[in-house]
Amino acid sequence: MPDSPLIAHTDSPVANSAHHGDDAHPSYLRHHFESVEQQADTTNFAMWLFLLTEVMFFGGLFTAYLIYRNWYYPAFVAASHQLSIPLGGLNTLLLITSSFTMAMGVWCAETRRKSGLVLCLCLTFILGLGFLGIKTIEYSEKFEKHHVPSYHYSLNSFLNPDSDPAAKAAGDKPLPLDVARHTEVYFSLYFAMTGMHALHMIIGIAILGFMIFRARAGAYTSGHVTFVENFGLYWHFVDIVWIFLFPLLYLISRH
Amino acid sequence: MSEPKEHAHHIVSPKVYVVILFALLVGTATTVWASYVDLGIFNPIIALAIACTKATLVVLFFMHVKYATKLTKLTIFCGGFLFITLIGMTLADYITRAWGQW
Repeated sequence: MPDSPLIAHTDSPVANSAHHGDDAHPSYLRHHFESVEQQADTTNFAMWLFLLTEVMFFGGLFTAYLIYRNWYYPAFVAASHQLSIPLGGLNTLLLITSSFTMAMGVWCAETRRKSGLVLCLCLTFILGLGFLGIKTIEYSEKFEKHHVPSYHYSLNSFLNPDSDPAAKAAGDKPLPLDVARHTEVYFSLYFAMTGMHALHMIIGIAILGFMIFRARAGAYTSGHVTFVENFGLYWHFVDIVWIFLFPLLYLISRH
Repeated sequence: MSEPKEHAHHIVSPKVYVVILFALLVGTATTVWASYVDLGIFNPIIALAIACTKATLVVLFFMHVKYATKLTKLTIFCGGFLFITLIGMTLADYITRAWGQW
């Protein structure tokens, strides 16, 4: 058994020919596949199955958000006014652009442009970090205003909206205490959803760092692009989650 | 004509990616603008419709599903269908619990 399933050097840039017998095939073709195409289709299919489990996972959070938004509608409207549309919009631009640079990275790998691939991966890496940086600014503002669900949670912005610039700008009316308390549910869901999204970003950025290192060695530009392609699918999926988070959390209660 | 077992690896051209990027940016601008207009019940509907359109563009072109195998397309469609069904039935349950008592 010359190849173990977990073999680490399957896409080695150096050895691209058969290394045993006269059974000539690229070194990255594993033995349980008939052809490179079959292997690529199979891994692509498996990646999609994984992404569908991720869809279901985030779907639970989105469903919880929709139900609570219907139950505690006035509190959710007031609480959503605490988010910054310019920051959220800027993050949307960063993430969409990073999806574009990632797609271009896949194209560079497919057309064997090594320096182009490294550049695209680096841009994606930087845009991803930029997204997290802006998210940090948003989170720290929530901590300063005591809008993080906990023992120290403050209802001040909702009981006295005139004392809070964001609430005042949105023209919020003071909420009764029992209604205002439900803003904490909004922020619980806000942190759960954006936090889980940010965790996916952090994992993606870590993998991107690894890929930049490997791409510089020429790993993905010798014909075997599966890893870059499937990582691209993951990155675009994370982008799609944000495409839904942005309107649902920031936008739909503004008018 | 039978479907070939294997298909050639389709390379999507950068032009397509640029067009999709532009469409996504326009979609983002539109959804932000639409959120400030008072459309009543249609505000969330329009926001979600734009988000679904953007997501579809990403899936079809950035994620290459337009050029994927029939198996992959069918699987994604089934996953999406199951997702919509689960959310739809859950929401239908909650909405009808106190039917007429609002």
